[in-house]
This record gives sequence, C-alpha cells and structure tokens, in this order.
Amino acid sequence: MAGAGGGGCPAGGNDLQWCFSQVKGAIDEDVAEADIISTVEFNYSGDLLATGDKGGRVVIFQREQENKSRPHSRGEYNVYSTFQSHEPEFDYLKSLEIEEKINKIRWLPQQNAAHFLLSTNDKTIKLWKISERDKRAEGYNLKDEDGRLRDPFRITALRVPVLKPMDLMVEASPRRVFANAHTYHVNSISVNSDHETYLSADDLRINLWHLEITDRSFNIVDIKPANMEELTEVITAAEFHPHQCNVFVYSSSKGTIRLCDMRSSALCDRHSKFFEEPEDPSSRSFFSEIISSISDVKFSHSGRYMMTRDYLSVKVWDLNMESRPVETHQVHEYLRSKLCSLYENDCIFDKFECCWNGSDSAVMTGSYNNFFRMFDRNARRDVTLEASRENSKPRASLKPRKVCTGGKRKKDEISVDSLDFNKKILHTAWHPTENIIAVAATNNLYIFQDKIN
Amino acid sequence: MSADVPEAASAEEQKEMEDKVTSPEKAEEAKLKARYPHLGQKPGGSDFLRKRLQKGQKYFDSGDYNMAKAKMKNKQLPTAAPDKTEVTGDHIPTPQDLPQRKPSLVASKLAG
Repeated sequence: MAGAGGGGCPAGGNDLQWCFSQVKGAIDEDVAEADIISTVEFNYSGDLLATGDKGGRVVIFQREQENKSRPHSRGEYNVYSTFQSHEPEFDYLKSLEIEEKINKIRWLPQQNAAHFLLSTNDKTIKLWKISERDKRAEGYNLKDEDGRLRDPFRITALRVPVLKPMDLMVEASPRRVFANAHTYHVNSISVNSDHETYLSADDLRINLWHLEITDRSFNIVDIKPANMEELTEVITAAEFHPHQCNVFVYSSSKGTIRLCDMRSSALCDRHSKFFEEPEDPSSRSFFSEIISSISDVKFSHSGRYMMTRDYLSVKVWDLNMESRPVETHQVHEYLRSKLCSLYENDCIFDKFECCWNGSDSAVMTGSYNNFFRMFDRNARRDVTLEASRENSKPRASLKPRKVCTGGKRKKDEISVDSLDFNKKILHTAWHPTENIIAVAATNNLYIFQDKIN
Repeated sequence: MSADVPEAASAEEQKEMEDKVTSPEKAEEAKLKARYPHLGQKPGGSDFLRKRLQKGQKYFDSGDYNMAKAKMKNKQLPTAAPDKTEVTGDHIPTPQDLPQRKPSLVASKLAG
C-alpha cells in the first residue's frame, strides 16, 4: 500500500537522510552518444519511471510491489518495457538532419489498465500505449498450437478456446503520431488537466493538439517576427497549469515568463501576465542575457506557484505577483567568475531542468560534477549531493558536498577548478508522493530514497 | 569644454575598473573581450538565436545517402560515428559522416 512511513507528502529535502537505492546503466568510461539520457519522468502514481535517450529509445522502469519474502526489494525500480520511440530522419527539402533524441516524455493520467505517454523529438510527438498481456487463448479450432492452419476438412469436432496464463509480456505500440506541425525544434510538451488536449512548443510557436486528432493542430502562440533579423528572443519552455485547463505559461531566452489564458482569444500572442525580475542596469554584462535564459519552467502541484531555472539560479514565482520572484535559490553562484571559460566551452548554454517534490515544500535541480542541489523552502536550507559510483553501496547515506570558492580548501571540499564540467546533471525527477528521486548522470540513472524505508 | 572631457573619461574608466574588481561577471566579460575583440556588437542577440534555430543543417547528395542507407539497412542503429573530417572518393557519405558544421560564434584567433 503506498503510504510510506513518512505519510503521503513528507517534508522537504533536508531533515531527511538521502540514501543510494539503485543505479542503472553501464559503467564504461567510453559513453556512446546514443546512451546519454535526455529526459526522466515519473508517472502520476510514481509506480512507473520513464527515461528517454539520445538514441531515440524509451526505457520504462516499474516499482516492485511489496513482497514479504524479499523485503529489501520493496520500492526497487526494474525494467518494465523498452522500445525505440523515434528514429533519425533527414528532411531532404531543407537539408536538415532530424535527431532521434527524445527531448521530453510526459505521461497521461491512467484511465484503464494500459499506460499512455507522449514522447517527442525535435519535430514529431508520438502517443505510446504500454499494455500488459498475461493470458493467451489456447485450443483454437482452425489453427494448431504453433500457429499452422489446420485443414478444415479434417476437423471433426469443435471446441471452445480457453484462456491460459502466460509469462507477462509488456507491449508498447504507437497509437498516434503528431507530425509536421513544427518548423523549429520542439522543446516542451504538456498534457492539459482536461486530459483531452496537450500543447507542444518549439522555439517560436506553441501548438494545441487534441489527443485523438493527428492531422490538425491549433497554433496558440506565434512569436516569429515578420523579419527574422528582428528576432530577439525564443520560447524555451511551456507548461499547462495543473488545474486550470485554460491557462498555460511559456518562458523565454530573455528570462521572462508569460502566462496566457486561452479564453481571452484564439491566438494568445498577448499575455495575461508577464513575469520579469527587474535588472540592475549597471550590472549588465555580455553574459547577462545568456545566463538569464530560462531553461525550464514548472508549476507547483498546488498551482499557486511556478519555478524557473536559469543558468545560475532557481526562482519561485507567485502567480499573483509579476514584478519579481518570491524566492531565489543560488545553484552554483561560484560559476559567475568562470563565465568566460564556460562560454568558450559552450557550457553556458546547458539547459538544466528543475522539479518540485510532492508537497511543494522542496525543489531540486542539477549542476556540474554530477552534483545536484535540493532547496527546502520551509526550513530555508539547501544541500548539495553527488551521484557517483563511489557512493553506491545499497542504502548508503549521501554525504553533503561542498564547493570551495576561496583560497583555503578544507578537507572533503572540492575547488571550483576541479569540477568536471562534462558530468552534468540536466534531468532530475521527484516521485509524486514519496521521497524518491531519479537523477540522470549522462548515461546512468541514479535512484535515491530517504532513510525511513 | 575640452577640459571637462578628459575628466569625464577618467571617471568612467575609474568606474569600469571598480566594476571589474567588484563584479566577477564584468571581469569575465573583460577577459572574453580581450580574447575575442571582434565578438558581437549585439551581445546575446540574434547570433545565438540563429545558431539555435539552424541546428542540424547539413548538405549532402540524396543519391549517395539512399545508397548508403540501403547498405546499412540490416544493421543496427548507427552509433556515433568516429570523427571524420574528410570524405574520400571511395566512401559513400551519410549524413552522420559529414563533418559537423557547428558554427562557432567566437571569432578565430587567426582572424585577429
């Protein structure tokens, strides 16, 4: 039964002790590009955990049921299904290579025995049905057990086929393909609370789809200027409000968020609310706009707040206040004095995601060196943890990590110059109700749990 | 008037120097400008956006591509090909083989 020791929505990230639970993926030093994880998402119940990778593949893990004979495997995630969602394509007309990398996966709320998810690459969104088969019919009249057709003239008696149990087989089949609606690269998909529609956003446009209809899509936001020379910002992320099916937000590369209401007009080019933090003009630099670009936007479960991630910080906004965020959490402020090299090696363009815990009391985001950060909003404390193979003994506690910025480095601290910028944690996910987190570190997926279990 | 200008200039210079000391970001900007003096007059503007919008652009011959694809038909999904900077005559290129045309926005040091 899901109610874990801590209750439905345990408190935030810090009074808990986080422990290693599992790690998935190869240990090889040589990482194949296709194996790099590009998205991680729990479903609504938290029983399923989906990952997408650069090779266009989706792997779904399922949480094991509680089993008295194997108490330690309770809560373990094991492979449930895996399939090739997208393949590499080439657009001959535009000489454009279309990567098969899965940019986002979003689950649909479960309505029957099957599970449905949307997965998207740069151009095409697909609806996948994942269903179980654990019975098969035996005793057909017209064919043998091995499938060969029987000669109808030889049949002298009729029998009724019976259903016999078989080994569980999980099948994934593409039920809808939503194609040809995006000229630019799709960065977000979001299922609406009406469970009938969803939005897909690319750099310049946002489209509204009905889950049943693949040959039509409504454009609801279009920021493409008539003259592309005048282009100043692009859409970086978009999401539907968790409860109000007419409301969605989208963020921009200039650090602004626009909230739109689909009731006000068919084309939501004019926002209902505009969220922007005022900038001190004297502190403006070459890097200001680049590091203000929002890489992810997520509504809180309550729907009262939203969180944005820019290069150096996580900001929490109250939807009722457009003038500035209510909270700003520094993720890795020590990088501000490294911006020149981070620009040269392109790391300044890395797109980090962020997520809320089930009760909205804590938020989490990734950083470099396989570090990730958790902020407890109530206790106003934060912690830095690391996803590493060295710390992967079962139920081993994670020790808080610290980056040393000044001169004297204490024992156990790591200096900014020693950070490995190739080890980036861009994708993290938090179980909807329990303190279980999934952290993608390049080609490995780490699962951590709190110590109560 | 001509007496004012040098004073104003040195006040500005002084502020700039102060900025470099107090703001790490401005110090980093100065570093970048020192390395790449011709870097964009419009910082963070359309250059980045155009690079982003053009991701994936490649040029190829559809005949070559289809022939190579037919050859590869029964193999697994191609893994990341080793870096091939040259396409020689006896090799049929596929999009994966073409040299990555990653336009760099930072001007080459050779270009001064």
